[in-house]
Amino acid sequence: MTDLDAAWADRWLRECARVLAVHREELIDLDRAIGDGDHGENMDRGFQAVVDKLDDGPSESVAAALKVAAMMLMSKVGGAAGPLYGTAFLRASAAVGERESLDGPAVEAMLAAARDGIVARGKADPGDKTMVDAWSPAVVAAGRAADGEAAFAAAATAAEEGALATKPLVARKGRASYLGERSAGHLDPGAVSTSYILRAAVTAAVSEISAGGRP
Amino acid sequence: MKKLINDPKAVVDETVQGFGRAHPDLVTVHSGPLFVTRAVGPARGRVALVSGGGSGHEPLHAGFVGLGMLDAAVPGAVFTSPTPDQIVAATHAVDGGAGVIHIVKNYTGDVLNFETAGELCEAEGIEVRTVLVNDDVAVEDSLYTAGRRGVAGTVLVEKIVGAAAERGDSIDAVEKLGRKVVENVRSMGLALTPCTVPHAGKPSFELAEDEIEIGIGIHGEPGRRRVGLEPADALTEHLVTPVLDDLGVTAGDRVLLFVNGMGGTPLSELYIVFGRAAELVAQRGATVDRSLVGNYVTSLEMQGCSVTVLRLDDELVELWDAPVATPALRWGV
Repeated sequence: MTDLDAAWADRWLRECARVLAVHREELIDLDRAIGDGDHGENMDRGFQAVVDKLDDGPSESVAAALKVAAMMLMSKVGGAAGPLYGTAFLRASAAVGERESLDGPAVEAMLAAARDGIVARGKADPGDKTMVDAWSPAVVAAGRAADGEAAFAAAATAAEEGALATKPLVARKGRASYLGERSAGHLDPGAVSTSYILRAAVTAAVSEISAGGRP
Repeated sequence: MKKLINDPKAVVDETVQGFGRAHPDLVTVHSGPLFVTRAVGPARGRVALVSGGGSGHEPLHAGFVGLGMLDAAVPGAVFTSPTPDQIVAATHAVDGGAGVIHIVKNYTGDVLNFETAGELCEAEGIEVRTVLVNDDVAVEDSLYTAGRRGVAGTVLVEKIVGAAAERGDSIDAVEKLGRKVVENVRSMGLALTPCTVPHAGKPSFELAEDEIEIGIGIHGEPGRRRVGLEPADALTEHLVTPVLDDLGVTAGDRVLLFVNGMGGTPLSELYIVFGRAAELVAQRGATVDRSLVGNYVTSLEMQGCSVTVLRLDDELVELWDAPVATPALRWGV
């Protein structure tokens, strides 16, 4: 089993950049349907900026890597996703603290802190058809796992299920809420990008070689 | 996609740089991070106004930087809110010690980024207040939405609040006036065509040749319902009636009537809409005291328009008439 340490955190963020670049068009299309079509572009730009920063040298700790991500996402993404993901990574970094690597409870605490940050900033509740619908089940699932890698695997699967479950919902927060009933029948782009970010953490843990390669 | 651009990713930067070259007497463009200020330095001793939002709405917001309106504007990527670092830098640049007011359109991204920036500025000792514009009656305002959007009424807020800041009103007074304008302004828009965000490369929504979208926002997002092709008079009624009803315009009221183009509709058509809208105002026994017609809050090349009504009193008329010298609005100087 791979240690969820600083090197893993760097691989995770690079894998996020790779996966979000691959899914850029898909996220744009999802956002065009119920928002304004900028989510794929913004996430791609934001995580490329994170990778550019990581290229300066390896992170000294998990917390340091997550903080770099927070600051770059906050200043490069824009839209609602910038402050939301920026806050999530900042709170996650604080929750990790000085831990050198993450076990199951540490992963759960980190994901819970990220979710709480998103809820505090975005003021969305579960069921409002937002990224909270992916983060909330992810936190619960992580709490049932034995080790860090299993916690992320469970969290990623729960986030994917949560993202798929946003399809029939009517949006009550964010730009999609302006559509009212017409927002039903589409996946929430923020919930989908959340599921990619959490799955990337698993990829970074199970494969030290492939994760984070440039697309 | 057929557009007069170079690199889709460089659109905002090239637009703002060109804008700065066109109006060097009025504005200065700052890069890294990107924002626009008046050509003359910070507003010593008076309240400063900063606004911003996604690009693609030109001339909003940078076109309204200048005497009697904004002190700084912060352009984001196309249809994407600016980031906190840009807003903080712009706020610092124009703070003259009497506080700064952020004029923010009620969109989730704009609200979150300005809120984050406001907290950072407050931590550095700059007093920041926010005036949130939410004039779009097409959106149901309830606990179960993000609230009404800020659309074309933003121009009227920036003009009137800017005049008050220019004459030296306190931050409390300017903020209170901003809320008063917001309470008295309503808008609604329609689209004949969607628009294409340069880096997305395809239209923001699908609309058939014989369909018109009623209740659109200004970011290429679809509206609340669709109607078939109808004459301009009938389409104008779809916009004006809900606006007047929501504002509660009654006999004896004085209003400012503003017909705003979305970017791709000729001025001739906007005047046809204005004529019918003015008739509808008159039918209620109200008077059109001031007017504005043109492309001020656009949605790239979208064809369509919005109608905005602001209920006036003597104070608002005086501030509306006050001198203004910006790239997009200019009178009295």
